[in-house]
Amino acid sequence: MPVQAIAFYLLAFVTIAAGLLVVSARNPVHSVLFLITAFFSAAGLFVLLGAEFLAMLLVVVYVGAVAVLFLFVVMMLDVDFAELRQGFVQYLPFGGLIALVIAIEMVMVVAAVATNGAAAKNPLPNASPGGVPNTEAIGRVLYTDYVFFFQLAGLVLLVAMIGAIVLTLRHKPGVKRQDIGKQVARTPKTGMELVQIKPGEGISE
Amino acid sequence: MQAFFANPAVSWTLLTTGGILLVVIWVLLSLAFLLLADRKIWAGVQMRKGPNVVGPFGLLQSFADFFKFVLKEIVIPAGADKVVFILAPLISLILAFVGWAVVPFAPGWVVSNLNVGILYLLAMSSLGVYGIIMGGWASNSKYPFLGALRSAAQMVSYEVSIGLIIITVILLAGSMNLSTIVEKQSGWIWNWNVFGGGLNNLVLLPVMVVAMGMFYISALAETNRPPFDLPEAESELVAGYQVEYSSTPYLLFMVAEYSNIVLMCAMISVLFFGGWNPGFPTDFLSSWHPFAANLFLALVFYAKICFWFFMFAMAKAIVPRYRYDQLMRLGWKVFLPTSLVLVAAVAAWRVFGPAA
Repeated sequence: MPVQAIAFYLLAFVTIAAGLLVVSARNPVHSVLFLITAFFSAAGLFVLLGAEFLAMLLVVVYVGAVAVLFLFVVMMLDVDFAELRQGFVQYLPFGGLIALVIAIEMVMVVAAVATNGAAAKNPLPNASPGGVPNTEAIGRVLYTDYVFFFQLAGLVLLVAMIGAIVLTLRHKPGVKRQDIGKQVARTPKTGMELVQIKPGEGISE
Repeated sequence: MQAFFANPAVSWTLLTTGGILLVVIWVLLSLAFLLLADRKIWAGVQMRKGPNVVGPFGLLQSFADFFKFVLKEIVIPAGADKVVFILAPLISLILAFVGWAVVPFAPGWVVSNLNVGILYLLAMSSLGVYGIIMGGWASNSKYPFLGALRSAAQMVSYEVSIGLIIITVILLAGSMNLSTIVEKQSGWIWNWNVFGGGLNNLVLLPVMVVAMGMFYISALAETNRPPFDLPEAESELVAGYQVEYSSTPYLLFMVAEYSNIVLMCAMISVLFFGGWNPGFPTDFLSSWHPFAANLFLALVFYAKICFWFFMFAMAKAIVPRYRYDQLMRLGWKVFLPTSLVLVAAVAAWRVFGPAA
């Protein structure tokens, strides 16, 4: 299908271009916006593969929640990026070396998989095995074969969440907090007091 | 020429483009009058007359406003990030309209019958926050920025409960396809999801009514409608994220906001109130012309959307604005646990109940 080919090349080009712009943009907020573009076009690529459930999850979770918080933080931080760039030339050779090693590794792995690995044996992975929609297919695998890994991942997230709360929650003494239950339970009896004052004497505490 | 149109790729493209155009024009025209209805209802509650000068009963007021916006000058503040500033309202508008692609108006009348339609709607409504954040940040001004930050936190919080409530509906229908969800609710009125989806599931009535109520309130928060319009709270932030916007960009923001509201109304109708189903068996339609039958069902759906829009307008007129910490408390401490319990209840009924 030529339409699919056009869509694929468009999405792939946008993904890669946005990825490059993430690292080369001068303004960090622009970087995050390009990152969101990259996520979004990657979701488009998933749709082209027939994996619409993964695509929507990518958009809901990464673009809709994670990247929003990312943007939130980057907008509020006042990072001096000129200062961060100062050591750039100094670290350039070492960084370049690491990048080269990773690039060679990736090329070798991709070549091996394409020539005699899984990709060569099974050229087109089926997005909906056995005729069921891939949402159901993923659910069946996730909640049967990999249920322990799934639970384990949930536990890791729970630990991270509790850790974040423990690290940031502080009860400062002297801060007035609103207790809605207490407010609602307030009656005239608890809230006010009628006092008979004798003239000329006033009230003593 | 005949062969060109017979080509499946060409005919598909033409049909889809036509469908998209129809939906967009329908939504825009509806918005013009729903906007007027919003102001009229609001005025009625406050015992005013509302707009009544342009056209009979003020019917053409929205069009007059449209020309007023379009003909004014676009002011871009100095120091604003120009590209992002212009991009923000465009993104808002596009995201507000792409959601309509999966809304089924009548059997077969849907632009894209997506298998994961409901997730797609959730994704697009959650992306709507970007227009607001980008607009607020690019304005390079304090009030818009505060409004943008508020809306980011608010929309992310209420998406969580919306997502969980949607899961209850998915569990009832057993599908994420919006057309399938609507078809499951056909027949008598008790088949609607708000009543538990069928007489067998009538036990779920209290659960689903609560879910519907929470969805309605979360939809108010998600679309930044009063009483949750803190991102544009005029008594604190002037107009929030849209302070610096004028003329057409402002118009785009407003159209996007109202399109999102109407989309949320459509979502409530589809998920809980049977979509195009009128609440009684529609066997009599089989003797009608298919187009007339579909038109009748689409009008039923439209009536439901209008009813829910009326509810949105009444909430705006009646309920006072929430304070920000109360809003967050409601979202995280009340709605999130409650919706988790609802999901557990519906899931338990589906697994252990008689319908299992």
